[in-house]
Amino acid sequence: MTTVQDLPNRQITPRPVRFARAREFLRTHRSLSVIVGMALFAAALPVIVLLPPFSGFSGQAVWLDGFTIAGIYVLLALGLNIVVGLSGLLDLGYAAFFAIGSYTFAFAAAPFTHNDFPFWPMLLVGAVMAAVFGVLLGAPTLRLRGDYLAIVTLGFGEIVPIVFLNASKYTDGPNGIGGISPPKVLDYIFPTTGNPWPYYLVMAGLIAFSMILIYRLEESRLGRAWMAIREDELAAASNGVNTVTTKLLAFALGASTAGLAGVFSASKLTLVSPNLFRFDVSFTVLAMVVLGGMGNTWGVAVGAFVIFMIQNVVLKQLNLFFDSVQVPILSDINFIQYQFLLYGIALVAMMLLRPEGLFPSRRRRRELHTEEDPSFAESGDPLGAAPE
Amino acid sequence: MTALTPEVRPSVLSSVRHARIGPWLFVAAVAAVVFAFIGPAQFMNALTLGAIYALVALGYTMVYGIIELINFAHGDVFMVGAFTSMFVLTNALGQKSPEHDIVRLIFLIVAAMLITMVVMGVLGVLIERFAYRPLRNAPRLAPLITAIGVSYILQNAIQILFGPSPVTSPQLIEPTARVNIMGQEVSWLRIFIILSSIGLMIALQVFVNRTKLGRAMRSTAQDREAAQLMGVDINRTIAATFFIGSALAGAAGVINGLYFGNIQFDLGFQAGLKAFTAAVLGGIGNITGAALGGFIIGFVEVMAGSFGFFVWAQAFVFAVLIITLVFRPAGLFGQQIGERA
Repeated sequence: MTTVQDLPNRQITPRPVRFARAREFLRTHRSLSVIVGMALFAAALPVIVLLPPFSGFSGQAVWLDGFTIAGIYVLLALGLNIVVGLSGLLDLGYAAFFAIGSYTFAFAAAPFTHNDFPFWPMLLVGAVMAAVFGVLLGAPTLRLRGDYLAIVTLGFGEIVPIVFLNASKYTDGPNGIGGISPPKVLDYIFPTTGNPWPYYLVMAGLIAFSMILIYRLEESRLGRAWMAIREDELAAASNGVNTVTTKLLAFALGASTAGLAGVFSASKLTLVSPNLFRFDVSFTVLAMVVLGGMGNTWGVAVGAFVIFMIQNVVLKQLNLFFDSVQVPILSDINFIQYQFLLYGIALVAMMLLRPEGLFPSRRRRRELHTEEDPSFAESGDPLGAAPE
Repeated sequence: MTALTPEVRPSVLSSVRHARIGPWLFVAAVAAVVFAFIGPAQFMNALTLGAIYALVALGYTMVYGIIELINFAHGDVFMVGAFTSMFVLTNALGQKSPEHDIVRLIFLIVAAMLITMVVMGVLGVLIERFAYRPLRNAPRLAPLITAIGVSYILQNAIQILFGPSPVTSPQLIEPTARVNIMGQEVSWLRIFIILSSIGLMIALQVFVNRTKLGRAMRSTAQDREAAQLMGVDINRTIAATFFIGSALAGAAGVINGLYFGNIQFDLGFQAGLKAFTAAVLGGIGNITGAALGGFIIGFVEVMAGSFGFFVWAQAFVFAVLIITLVFRPAGLFGQQIGERA
C-alpha cells in the first residue's frame, strides 16, 4: 500500500508563509479582523487625505464624500462577488437590483409619493425587495448556463431602468424622484451636504457588516455549495447539493447587498433617476469584481475601491497634477476629455498584467496553477460548456 | 462498416428532415403573422432594421463560436464603421447629398463599403491581437473586461474626433425614391439594404462552408486543440474570424449611415446589445441562427412601435428573448453544435 509520503515526486514542499501566525489569527477570528481592519482603514483615510499630494486636490470633506460613494461601489462589488465570484453565475445586469433598492427607498421617503418612512428599517426592506427580484430573475433562468445567463441578466438590467423611465406616473420618468429624506438618529438628521462624517461612518459600518456576513456565508455549507456549483454543477448536484435553492440563494443574497447599497445611495444623493442605473454601472461593478480577484471578498472590496478611485479621482485630477508639475506638453492636454479613453486603457492594461485579478482567491489560484495544461484552464470552468 | 452497406439515396423526406426546417417554418409563420398585423410598409421597415441587426449579430456569433467570448467591443466596431463610412464619403469623396447618377452612386457605395470593411477588419484584428490574444488561456472573465475596456476606448476616441452630438451621414440613395412592387410603394433604399445584407450573409455562408479557411474556422470552433493537431494555424484562423466579423459590422455601419442619415458616438452599445440578443436568440455560435435572430429582433421592435409601445420596444425585445430561452435554453438553432463556426 503506497501512501502519499511514499511517492517522492508528489511530495509538496509548502511555500514558506510569511507572518504565518498572524495569518492564522486573522483566519480564525475573521469577524474581529474585519471590524478592526475596517476601523483602521476608515480612520486612516481621512488622515491620509490631509497629507500633501492629496490635500492639494480637494478638501477633506470632498474626499470623504467621495469615499462614501466609493463605499457604495464596494458594497455592490461585494454583492456581485457572491453571484459571479463564488457561485460562478455571470450576471451582467446587476445594476437592476441597485435600482430596485434605490427606488424602494425613494417610494418610501420622498415628497413625490407623500411617504416618509424612516431610513433604518428601510435598509432591510430595500434589501428584501431586491432579493425578491433576484429570485424572480433567478427562477426562469435556472436552466440557462454561462453566457445565455449573461444575456438574460443583461436584458433584465436594461429592462428595469426602462420600466422606471416609462412608468412616469409612479416614478416621474426621466426626472427621477428627488428630495429623499436623510436618515435620522434620535433627533439628529444626517446632513446631506457639508459635514460628510455621518454618512461616511454609516457606510464603513455597512461594509464591515456585509463583509462579516459574506465571510460567514462563504465558509458555511451554503458557501461551499456555491463554490461546488461554480466548479462543476453536475458533480455538485450528484453530491447532494440542491442546485435550485443554492443558485436562487446566490441571486437573492447578491441582490440584497445591492438593495442595501441602493437604499443608502438614494438617501445619500437624495435623488434617484433611471440613468443612474444604466449598464455602465453593471459593467463597472463587474470590472471591480474581476480586477479585485473573483471569489476573494477583501480583494474584491479593494478592487472596487481602486477602480472607483482611478475612475473618479485619478483621471479627473490629471489636469491639476500636470499643471502643478509643469511638464510642457502634458499640462496643455485637457485630460477630462480623455477620461473614458484612459479608463478603457487602464482596464485593458490591468487585465493584461493580472488576468486573475489583483488578489486572486487562494482556492481559485490553486485551481488555475496546479495544472499547466491550457485545456484545463478552459474546461475547468463549468460555464464554458454549451447546454446539452 | 459503411463500405458493406449499399449506398442509399436519401429520400426527399429525410433530406427535408436533415435540413432542419423546423425553425425556418417557425420564422416563416411568425413573419406571415407579423405581415398580417403590421402591413407591408412596416414589414419592410422591420426587414431593414433586422438586416442591420443581423449583420452585426454575425460578428458576435462568429467570435463567440470560435473563442467563446462575448465581444462587447463589437457594437462599437459597428459604430466606428458608421463613422468611417461617413468620413470616407464626405471628406475623402466630397459627397454630402443624395447621388442621382446611377454609375457614380454604385461607385460611391462600393468604395464606402470596401474601404470601411477593410478598415474595420483590420481594427478587429488589432483588437484581437492586443486585447484578447494575450488572455486566451486566462480566466474566462478577463477578456470580457478587456472587451469592455476596448469599448470605452473606441467610444471616447470617436467622441473626441467627431464630437458628442449626432453627425450627419450622407444618404447616398434618395430616401424618397420609390419603386412600385405589386401595388406597394417600396423605397429603393430599403431594397438595397435588404438585398445587400442578404448577399453578404450568403457570401459568408458559402465562405464558411466551402473554403479552406472556413473549414479551419469550423474546426477551430469545434475543438481548438484537435484543429491545431491537424495543422490548422489557430492564431491566423481566429484573426481571420475577427477580420470577417468586424468587416461585416463595418458593412452594417455603412448601411446604418445610409438608412438613418445621422450617427452618434454612442450608437454602438444599443445596436450591439440588440445584435447580441439576436445572436443568443438564434443560438449563439450559429450563423444562420444569428441572421434569423436579427430579423426577429427587427420584427419585435417594429411590432412594439406600431402598436404604440415604442418606448417599451427594448423591453419587449428582452421579454421575447427570455421567453424563448425558457423554452429553448440554447436558442432557436442551438442544437446544431456541429455546424457553428
